[in-house]
Amino acid sequence: MDNEVSSGICSDLLSWVMAHGKKDGMWITIQTHINIIAVASLLELSCIIISGGAQADPKTIDKAREEGITLLASGLTSYELAGRLYALGVGINDQEL
Amino acid sequence: MLTGDRENIIELSYPVAPNDFSAAGDVSAKVKMLLKHLGIDAAIVRRAAIACYEAELNLVIHSYGGYIRLTVSPDEIIIKAEDTGPGIPDIDLAMTAGYSTAPETARELGFGAGMGLPNIKRCADVFEIRSEVGQGTYLTIIIHHD
Repeated sequence: MDNEVSSGICSDLLSWVMAHGKKDGMWITIQTHINIIAVASLLELSCIIISGGAQADPKTIDKAREEGITLLASGLTSYELAGRLYALGVGINDQEL
Repeated sequence: MLTGDRENIIELSYPVAPNDFSAAGDVSAKVKMLLKHLGIDAAIVRRAAIACYEAELNLVIHSYGGYIRLTVSPDEIIIKAEDTGPGIPDIDLAMTAGYSTAPETARELGFGAGMGLPNIKRCADVFEIRSEVGQGTYLTIIIHHD
């Protein structure tokens, strides 16, 4: 993927992401249902990483294609993924909104 | 871009069905796209989109159905969410971050964190909510732009 990544957020509560997610942020979650795409699209997130080896619902994958949202998956837990990405330089973003 | 004429005030109304999680967010996506096409500043569009999404989800999760009504004038974005019930008995409590009456089915999807109304307020320049049990809830937010 060629998307810019500004920062990262790790949460399974959609309103938490709506409140704290930043433009071009990466979002780590164990949620797999279609609503994660609407959140990522509205916030213009860089990508969603589904953690813990969970499988995205087929509808979620279709919606991601439709909206042009990058959907990734990993067998690592949210904790480990966040730790590794943070170590690679994906930090937090304190700017408002 | 909008000009000062009354003719250039845009008014749109979108129905929101209760419990339809598969369509949740569709209205907000339309509102966001429209505001973007009007050339409104990206940071303001973002605030409007977040507020609209939370208001839309409140209708999906809690209401018997309702409408999101959007008005865009040359200097204001007005988003109204109106429903036909069940109404909020204690608005101060509903405004408390973390307080939620969302059912388990919504919580399993990651909704019902008790952050919706506080998120809306944070994004709004003007925030008004009134509710009558058995009648409905009426939310109005205004975001200034130009």
